Amino acid sequence: MKVTITVNGVKQTREAEPRLLLVHFLRDTLGLTGTNVGCDTSQCGACTVLMDGMAVKSCTVLAAQADGSEVMTIEGLAQNGQLHPVQQGFWEKHGLQCGFCTPGMILTAVDLLQHNPNPTEAEIRHGLEGNMCRCTGYHNIVKAILAAAAQMS
Amino acid sequence: MATRVIGSTIKRREDPRFITGAGKYTDNFTLPGTAYLAILRSPHAHARIKGIDTSKAKAHPGVLAVFTGKDLKEGGVNPLPLGWVLPDIKIGPHHPLAVDVVHYAGDGVAAVVATDRFTARDALDLIKVEYEPLPVVVDAEKTTQAGAPQLHPEAPDNIAYYFKIAGGDVDQALKEADGVVKQRLINQRLIPNAIEPRAALAHYERGTGDLTLWNTNQNPHIIRLLLALVLGQPEHKLRVISPDVGGGFGSKIYLYADEVIACFASKQLGVPVKWTEDRTENYKATIHGRDHITDIEVGYKKDGMIIALKVKTWANQGAYLSTLAPLIPTFLYGPMLQGPYQLPNVSCEVWGTYTNTTPVDAYRGAGRPEATYVVERAVDLVAYELKMDPADVRRKNLIPPFKENFKTCMAYTYDSGDYPGAFEKALQMVGYADLRREQEAKRKEGKYIGIGLSSYVEITGAAPAQVAASLGAGVALIESALVRVHPLGKVQVFTGSHSHGQGHETTFAQIVADQLGIPVDDVEIVHGDTGTVPWGAGTYGSRSGPVGGAALHVATQRVIEKGKKFAVHMLEAAEADIVFEDSNFFVKGTPAKVVKFADVALEAYTAKKAPAEVESGLEATAFFNPGNFTFPCGTHIAVVEVDADTGQVQLKRYVAVDDVGKVINPMIVDGQVHGGIAQGVAQALWEGAVYDENGQLLTGSMMDYAVPKADFLPSYEVGRIETPSPVNPLGVKGAGETGTVASTAAVANAVMDALKPLGVRHIDMPLTPEKVWRAMQK
Repeated sequence: MKVTITVNGVKQTREAEPRLLLVHFLRDTLGLTGTNVGCDTSQCGACTVLMDGMAVKSCTVLAAQADGSEVMTIEGLAQNGQLHPVQQGFWEKHGLQCGFCTPGMILTAVDLLQHNPNPTEAEIRHGLEGNMCRCTGYHNIVKAILAAAAQMS
Repeated sequence: MATRVIGSTIKRREDPRFITGAGKYTDNFTLPGTAYLAILRSPHAHARIKGIDTSKAKAHPGVLAVFTGKDLKEGGVNPLPLGWVLPDIKIGPHHPLAVDVVHYAGDGVAAVVATDRFTARDALDLIKVEYEPLPVVVDAEKTTQAGAPQLHPEAPDNIAYYFKIAGGDVDQALKEADGVVKQRLINQRLIPNAIEPRAALAHYERGTGDLTLWNTNQNPHIIRLLLALVLGQPEHKLRVISPDVGGGFGSKIYLYADEVIACFASKQLGVPVKWTEDRTENYKATIHGRDHITDIEVGYKKDGMIIALKVKTWANQGAYLSTLAPLIPTFLYGPMLQGPYQLPNVSCEVWGTYTNTTPVDAYRGAGRPEATYVVERAVDLVAYELKMDPADVRRKNLIPPFKENFKTCMAYTYDSGDYPGAFEKALQMVGYADLRREQEAKRKEGKYIGIGLSSYVEITGAAPAQVAASLGAGVALIESALVRVHPLGKVQVFTGSHSHGQGHETTFAQIVADQLGIPVDDVEIVHGDTGTVPWGAGTYGSRSGPVGGAALHVATQRVIEKGKKFAVHMLEAAEADIVFEDSNFFVKGTPAKVVKFADVALEAYTAKKAPAEVESGLEATAFFNPGNFTFPCGTHIAVVEVDADTGQVQLKRYVAVDDVGKVINPMIVDGQVHGGIAQGVAQALWEGAVYDENGQLLTGSMMDYAVPKADFLPSYEVGRIETPSPVNPLGVKGAGETGTVASTAAVANAVMDALKPLGVRHIDMPLTPEKVWRAMQK
């Protein structure tokens, strides 16, 4: 079947098997490998992207379901070479180590800050319940998002 | 020197690519014409293979080939080699695909290569395997008992090895003790859960006979060596690249069957072959960690002095011995059971056993968290028996400060440490006396606050090559560094260490830039490629700083010495009078007679002044083989509250004081400590791999296995003391595992401390609400 998805502002029309997941459409069909796959049960959140502005796990969305949507991946977050404040926060506060969960963490944080621009530490921790990190113990991820919130306000 | 970048927090230089989605993980690589590999895994934990019918799968559109264990064996593929061979070890052969018998649920049976990953998966369903199920055993101790099913004919009673180490006279000391406390301790099985699943991309070039493997791995040179032995593909025609790797924690050290099959398939088919594990597969086919059953006897005096520790451990090694498996419950465990204490009499017996479970190998901390758990629970049990404050028992027993060489009662000599210093600092940070008062007050309100202490010393920086070889190492644990200065003064560094989150591209550049007095950004770190790096034993056991970093230090010193030979001719001075400081070569006492590092670099490649006798070029290689291991140490304190009605444990505060020797980048060391704490806390409270009696993994996905999330955990309070290690020129000890080594025992001790008024002495981990609640009802 044919699907049309606007990815990072560019309209992409491609053939896709009905069973193709959005994450494989992004990675394999479009070659946007910034979105990672960490599990097959929608637990880890590594594959999180923004679909029509909302954080979704792209391993739990079929490419067909995203037909007609606007998707933003980690590759589309920095604008004109300027890092997004959340990206900047992760860098400044050492919010990543191996970097594998990072794209999903960052996009989840972007979504979180859209809904709650001044979150408390507890609200951030709760907001990250769909994203796993095995490296940082979350300490610096929380700090990174607090820094981003301060920067954006 | 004016510029000191060692010891400074510098933002990570690798981060821009990770935060913009430009990381180069193995699964991101695809070559033209890449075919995809999928592996059929046994649903049975123990069964004889009566027959395999691959005809339907072979006929499926898009399938390029189907292989079985027999095909691989006939194709010359050898069993996976063991990298750590103890005396009298009994090795059950581990074929990349099972040949006659499957030994655990997840053992590979057949492999499909197809034009895309979905077709390969589809075709697995078309393979018909006839199994004759055999009896199953999953318990490390029961597997050795009469009547247990036998896994490998090579290993009677399923015992792979027996290991004993002792110091002093433990039986005599137990007789002389005022009291002896006995306890069985279960250190449960864990699943490492690096967020990146394993992957491999193998590319055999028919024209040249070169085989390149991109692989999620912590030590590409070791993989190349092992792969050469398995495939018969010579090392010089084999290149292993470990690009960005999404977390390892030990689970990506080993040569696994999967990459061997990918290489074999690429060679057979002449196309690149990619394999990527999914998480369900990862839980079955990637190694697990821990899984000890341990009986201890602790002898103590009335005043709190601990004088004897007798330990018997059954270490579950799973269905086969993974690459380093026999090292973990032996030399990284037994001789560390003295801990940071004066304890003069210790004995440790270990039975490494086969069971019908996923193989067990090093998982973050590897042996030392298990040892620390035994020692720190033992100390708290003594405090419990004597009704003493656990802090007072530790104070009495800790080894006093020493600058070098404390000989333990068993095998190792600790390098340096101030154990009481770290201990008192941790107590001060947590506000120990106030907390005890608060605990008492809360108890009166029916609330259970617990304070758990964990003092530890661990072993890192493997290691002196001859010692390691005498203990069973198959490969020397030497590290290399090549420092290459380009004509315009920029530096490329090739290191055998591999970064998969540790931040070497920053810290290693700091080591070199610090010595050369040049900007960190003028130094590029290259790692993870056997095609460019001379040699590497890789990154595990917190060895990158003390071994890989030390190699860099030596190579950089050699570059400076070589630079002086050019400066001699540029400054027209004697070599003995040339001084190097802050990126300048100058004549001693005449700082105006100076040439810059970059000018010397250019001279090294242009020879405008230097005569032919001075060999051109400016680079140096060093192989570093340390004289001893390093021994990071410290004290961690956990504060928990146990819900009186539900048994739910909440971690309220966590204080860590570590001594990892000299610190290169404080921000990165703190990050390592944070992550380690989270993993260790998770073992105490939530994580545990569970098999049923049929060998089925009940915790088979992230839905069933409790990897902690952000709201399970608090922020951590991290402190430090620094006693430089005398073992290497940087004075570093290794910072990758201290958090995991210390934290499990700290949290377990905190929970038992909370429940002390209820008479609860010990509960096995994970300390889930159900277990805690049940113990509270007794």
